[in-house]
Amino acid sequence: MEKMSCPSTVSGRTMFCHLDAPANAISVCRDATQVVVAGRNIFKIYALEEDSFVERLNLRVGRKPSLNFSCADVMWHQMEENLLATAATNGAVVTWNLARPCRNKQEHLFTEHKRTVNKVCFHPTEVHMLLSGSQDGFMKCFDLRKKESVSTFSGQSESVRDVQFSMKDYFTFAASFENGNVQLWDIRRPDRYERMFTAHTGPVFCCDWHPEDRGWLATGGRDKMVKVWDMTTNRAKEIYCVQTIASVARVKWRPERRWHLATCSMMVDHNIYVWDVRRPFIPFATFEEHKDVTTGIVWRHQHDPYVLLSGSKDSTLYQHMFKDASRPVDRANPEGLCFGLFGDLAFAAKESLMTGEAGRKPYPAGDRRYPIFFFKKPDVTEQFAQVASALSVFESESDGSSRMDWFIKTARRYLLSGKPFAELCDHNAKVAKELNRPQVSTTWTMLRIMFSDPGNPAPPANHNMSKLGNIPLMNRYSCAFFLSFCPSFHSVFLPSIHSFIFSFYLSIENEETEGSDGQAEYLFGDAELDDDDLYSMEHENQAEEAEFSLPQEAFPLRHEIVDHPAAPEPPAEKPESPQVSGSEAESFCLTPMESFSLISVSQLLYQPQLTPSFFSPVVREMLDHYAEQGDVQMAVSVLIVLGDRIRKEIDELTQEHWYMSYIDLLQRFELWNVSNEVIKLSTCSAITCLNQASTTLHINCSNCKRPMSNKGWICDRCHQCASVCAVCHHVVKGLFVWCQGCSHGGHLEHVMEWLKSSNHCPAGCGHLCEYT
Amino acid sequence: MKEESAVEVPQPLPSGPSAFIPAQVILDEGARQEVMTDTLLSVSHADHIATIMGLHPAYLGCFLRTQNALLQPDGPLPLPWRHYIIIMASARHQCSYLVKLHSSAFQLAGGDESWLRGLHCAPPKIQRLQTLNKLLAHRPWLITQEHIQELVCPGADPRWSLAELIQAVVLMSHAHSLASFIWGCGIHPEPDSTAEQHPPSASPAERLAQPPPPQREDPNRQEWTEAVNEVQLLMEKMMLVQQQEEEFTPEEMVTRFERERTESILEPAEVVRAALPDSISRFVQDPDFIYQDFSPRGEQSPPTMRAQDYSWEDHGFSLMNRLYGEMAQLLDEKFQVVCALTYHTMAMHTHVDTSTLRKALWNYIHCIYGIRHDDYDYGEVNQLLERSLKVFVKTAACHPEKTTLRMYSSFWRQFLHSEKVHVNLLLMEARLQAALLYALRAITRYMT
Repeated sequence: MEKMSCPSTVSGRTMFCHLDAPANAISVCRDATQVVVAGRNIFKIYALEEDSFVERLNLRVGRKPSLNFSCADVMWHQMEENLLATAATNGAVVTWNLARPCRNKQEHLFTEHKRTVNKVCFHPTEVHMLLSGSQDGFMKCFDLRKKESVSTFSGQSESVRDVQFSMKDYFTFAASFENGNVQLWDIRRPDRYERMFTAHTGPVFCCDWHPEDRGWLATGGRDKMVKVWDMTTNRAKEIYCVQTIASVARVKWRPERRWHLATCSMMVDHNIYVWDVRRPFIPFATFEEHKDVTTGIVWRHQHDPYVLLSGSKDSTLYQHMFKDASRPVDRANPEGLCFGLFGDLAFAAKESLMTGEAGRKPYPAGDRRYPIFFFKKPDVTEQFAQVASALSVFESESDGSSRMDWFIKTARRYLLSGKPFAELCDHNAKVAKELNRPQVSTTWTMLRIMFSDPGNPAPPANHNMSKLGNIPLMNRYSCAFFLSFCPSFHSVFLPSIHSFIFSFYLSIENEETEGSDGQAEYLFGDAELDDDDLYSMEHENQAEEAEFSLPQEAFPLRHEIVDHPAAPEPPAEKPESPQVSGSEAESFCLTPMESFSLISVSQLLYQPQLTPSFFSPVVREMLDHYAEQGDVQMAVSVLIVLGDRIRKEIDELTQEHWYMSYIDLLQRFELWNVSNEVIKLSTCSAITCLNQASTTLHINCSNCKRPMSNKGWICDRCHQCASVCAVCHHVVKGLFVWCQGCSHGGHLEHVMEWLKSSNHCPAGCGHLCEYT
Repeated sequence: MKEESAVEVPQPLPSGPSAFIPAQVILDEGARQEVMTDTLLSVSHADHIATIMGLHPAYLGCFLRTQNALLQPDGPLPLPWRHYIIIMASARHQCSYLVKLHSSAFQLAGGDESWLRGLHCAPPKIQRLQTLNKLLAHRPWLITQEHIQELVCPGADPRWSLAELIQAVVLMSHAHSLASFIWGCGIHPEPDSTAEQHPPSASPAERLAQPPPPQREDPNRQEWTEAVNEVQLLMEKMMLVQQQEEEFTPEEMVTRFERERTESILEPAEVVRAALPDSISRFVQDPDFIYQDFSPRGEQSPPTMRAQDYSWEDHGFSLMNRLYGEMAQLLDEKFQVVCALTYHTMAMHTHVDTSTLRKALWNYIHCIYGIRHDDYDYGEVNQLLERSLKVFVKTAACHPEKTTLRMYSSFWRQFLHSEKVHVNLLLMEARLQAALLYALRAITRYMT
């Protein structure tokens, strides 16, 4: 009986036996020859033979076993051969003495806990001391000689999930709680914990002291993490953290291996993992035998790192040999992939893999192999396979489509103000089209159609119509036309255009029949395709650009109204009276129409039911969509161009957000002028005030070099005009340019003029100035 | 198809959100609890449910968060589907409040109107949920891994993914338990919906006959003192239970559990089933399938579920967290809040530790759904929950549509309405957890 198995016994093999019922916990006796399995319906002792488990004893006796046998946890005393303790689900703590002569080995029954006892733990060196932790929030320390608890530790009604005596500190134990806390207690002081810290979010299911390092405590929680804490310092410090894939039910340090620990999970995942805490991303070894969750794990011998026992809900008891474990590292391909700021791509992979494809086609854009500039120093204690990897960096082509060229060009060329609304739209549409962005281009065109004045959408339509045979245009055409845009407006425009054209033919055919409504509805249905379809269409339809002829053809006709005197001010300048500017636009737009030969008079007289406000929600959605897609440029540009037509529809904060993002982008691309224009045109007070910040310029008098303190252009010390243009001898009140060599200068344009014809300084100092 | 059974009789608009609780009381009691919390303000329109729950603002907050998360765009199921599933689930408990509410939400979300003509018009994939819906609503302990397999396994066509399924399960059990709350609190239909819902107080006649629960202002003297004594008695019992040190044999404990479970007298008396209005019946298949006492004794019936073997905290959460992480957190928070909710008051007494009472209610509901807590002495249930309360709880939990004003007002006569609403909250959440546990256990088994 007393044969001490020495640590080096690596004999034995991976084996298992069937239990009659699911196990909840297992424990081994000190000499590692027997294992006890406990569960709701099982409580048995098995002997560990050379190549099989042999049932030794069934402790579940009696005709109708009571709930006291329904074990949540079991522990075999590590000093006393015959002593076992179990924690019952009904709140009882039971000790068992195998030396009792009768069949019933139950020795004491403690029913002091009100709810399920989750854990029992014997003191590692003290024979008679037993600790229990329960769902009712109490931990109790029992003296087995007294047959009652000697002290009670209160966890303030938080359920206790695990209690563990420290291996090295005689008086210390750790308790883990359902609310994520871990407490350290001194067994002599039941009034208050020594220390408490929050270890996990959600319950901490388990904890385990390191067998050698006295300060190390491993905890596992429902948040799928295993953490190792250094308790020697003042504040518990998290030194390692392993992220697993399921809630951690048990954690056990591996004997003789300082960095290793074994875990099993509460749910879903049935494997047992052995981790090297320094390599938290991949398990060191895995045991994959169980078919249901593993509920108990224990190293067979406290000095033997090669044999692990486990019990499971699948009603089996396993002995795992370390040599049979699977090593995930061997199967893993260490690879890394990352995008750089400028669209570069770095890729690291095992060297063997990279060299294997030496004959591959080189990436056209340039593929630089970087030498490995640091090595992780191989650590002999770390039994991980060492892998060398090669790093490749792929640089994106300078003119690749991923670049933001279109952004810069668009920003430079867009017109946001200074012309009538319709022209701005047309211009921007053209810009977008030239930059090969048909969707954006179409959007602009459509905006023009929608928000220009009632009669305005007619010209392109009418123009087209005239080609089709001069059928007089009916009101409902434009109605149907508008409606056809609405449903899919925010997703894509090409199909809408199609359906628009389609609708035209349709309405022509049906001209005699009453009911533009019916047609409109029909169009609604027609345009409602899946987003996916629409997008794919967009790409395929590049060839069909002829379809765009419809809006495009309108351009030449538009020029008649270009120089109309009543061109509205940019809407941004009338933020206080949106209604006024709207009506103004109306009146302006109506006039040129009359000179328009192709338009029939009836068309002009027609008062449309669809006011621009009808489209506001659609446009708002569209803007949201663009912003969402990252094209904040479009959102802001449209916002500015539409001005009061849409501004009220969009919440101020969103607008501000868009403006800020766009301005930020512009400044990153050093498009200062555009950015300033945007700031100026914006109607958000938060944005316009960007221009108000740090506008003070401190200047020194060019004669006496003293600071100019007063306002105005005359220095109050030397009473001379400061900053006089060297060419025209007037005070410069705008842009002043000066030579950095002789510090003479003047009006920008004057100096430019001057230096075109002469190399010398206009002031006559003889310096050879340069203007670049 | 049934024909329209009756002409719609014009009814006076019910006043206030609930048929059981006078509107004035809600205002009064609510005001005491600072009903104008941020949570309430954040929802643009406080519906009746929110108004009633507003009596317990701490709870209302996480309830709304959960519900919003369930119905917000993120998630595996399309929005109209989610509303449709709720319609389907609440129809099982004939809760026209929810059916109405979500029918319009369904249409708003762009659902195909034709589905609302009845279950047969919904896509087959949704129809396949019927069995699960039925079981979840009435006898969740019958859910097995085969039910899950049927829906999820690769051969099934049209197939449910696990992520979709778990969302559907949460939606259904949410709707079932919410239906319990709605019936249990006698919540009126929203004013904008047509008054097709017969108020839970059944006939107006009954409503007239039944005096409202006694208010403090005009206590019927004798009844009042009687009631005061009841509270006194209950408090003494609670003290007793808390101090209790006596031991019971395990056999005794089992018997007690069994007794609580099978108290068949508690079955609501009137078994006469009115024909379902068409607006509801078209979403229900097999309307005769209703709650039946959980009985582990039968041949093929499943064994009692042990709370220790499959608990929400350990197992339920872990599984849910994997499949529908955000919801697991929210539900966990909600369960914690509802279990911890207390104001340390009982009727006219303050500074009372009500934990035993709340525990008893919670475990009693789990008990009628066949979940047994090993570490709980079911004798406490018998001591603490008076008969009329049990009748109410069991009816509201198992046959919510049969809850009447009489049941509501006959238990805890002297308690505040907010305390009765508290009972309803516990009831709803305990029921939700029980149903979820069974469903999740089946899914776990399917996955292993």
